[in-house]
Amino acid sequence: MCLAIPVLIKSIEGKEAKVEIGGITRRISLWLTPEAKVGDYALVHTGYAINILDQEQAEETLRLFEEIAEAEEKG
Amino acid sequence: MKFITEFRRSELAEGLISQIHRKSKTPVRFMEFCGGHTVTIFRYGIRQVLPKTIEMVSGPGCPVCVTANADLDKAIALSQTPEVIIATFGDMLKVPGSHSSLQKVKAGGADVRVVYSTTNALEIAEENPTESVIFLGIGFETTTPTVAASILQAEERRIKNYYILSMHKLCPPVIRTLLDSGEVKLHGLICPGHVSAIIGSHPWEFITRDYGIPCVISGFEPLDILQCVDMLVAQVENGESKVEIAYRRGVRPEGNREALKLIEQVFEPCPTEWRGIGEVPDSGLKLRKEYQRFDAELAFDIDPGPAYEPVDCICGDILRGVKTPADCKLFGKACTPEYPVGPCMVSSEGSCSAYYLYGEGFEG
Repeated sequence: MCLAIPVLIKSIEGKEAKVEIGGITRRISLWLTPEAKVGDYALVHTGYAINILDQEQAEETLRLFEEIAEAEEKG
Repeated sequence: MKFITEFRRSELAEGLISQIHRKSKTPVRFMEFCGGHTVTIFRYGIRQVLPKTIEMVSGPGCPVCVTANADLDKAIALSQTPEVIIATFGDMLKVPGSHSSLQKVKAGGADVRVVYSTTNALEIAEENPTESVIFLGIGFETTTPTVAASILQAEERRIKNYYILSMHKLCPPVIRTLLDSGEVKLHGLICPGHVSAIIGSHPWEFITRDYGIPCVISGFEPLDILQCVDMLVAQVENGESKVEIAYRRGVRPEGNREALKLIEQVFEPCPTEWRGIGEVPDSGLKLRKEYQRFDAELAFDIDPGPAYEPVDCICGDILRGVKTPADCKLFGKACTPEYPVGPCMVSSEGSCSAYYLYGEGFEG
């Protein structure tokens, strides 16, 4: 029910954005994320962006996982 | 897909699993509150890869499952009102109320339409000006701001035939009720990621402060869950209890201020009934006085009569984490996803549905 997926914002017009979901363009509402910019990844839930995804944090988390995997492999 | 598939990489999962096995010494029981997390845990077989020291239990975080029969009966009664269109998320259709379901009344001629978003419900209202469109407002803090936004859009676009039936629920108060009951002993809580995207991390702090239970906010991919379990294990083994965010790409400590502002503007807290748990103070949301003209309960005169629970269904106990679907004598026999008796089998995020789909809980 609380499903939300990250989608790329392609263009913005007023409180609406065009996004790409699996190669298909859809419209979403930006009522909850007025700070959204083209090129952002929005977390979309029931047609609304509920947050803007923090891409730096995403990369940092993945780097942490890679470090853990490396350390565990060396054991 | 970007920011999804990277968080499913198996070689990174192996590292996290190995670290969890190495760190975990103390026997613990962790609850994943959110039904979305339950689905990830079952889909990726996470229970099977964790050490025997870690027991996972599912919580009540499925809005469809916790909707009380009395509320479902109201929605069904509203659908029988002349010149009314019910707009609802698809999850609600099959849920059995006391006497019927939305799917059954739809088959009988009621105008019940499945929408993907409140924006669709507003469009239906604009296209059908002589009818009243009632949106069934279910969902936690993730969904509520989208419904608040729909009320403000209806006002802005002067849509006068749009109403909502507010069955919205707030997560932190129900966790307090569960913990106060003492029925289920927890050593860690996996907090819901998208509820927290809206409310932030601070509203969970009472759990660490008042109950000493570690809390970690998780995303929805398998690596997110493993990271969250790893962080909970670390807190347990270090004797700590604090709120941490594992899902940093989706959650900021302060949440989404704009969304919180809209909820606050349109709704106010009220007591509400949760299936299996009962009435929980300040865990529901009703429209504020200024927006009461959108309230379907006030605008339409309905009498759904007394509510009944299905005999032998233990969804209530399952939602409180005190029983599992394996304890239910209806599970997989009289109750299947095709012919569900209780809501936990209807919703794809319900525990019974997850157990059924992924082959757990069957005898032998």
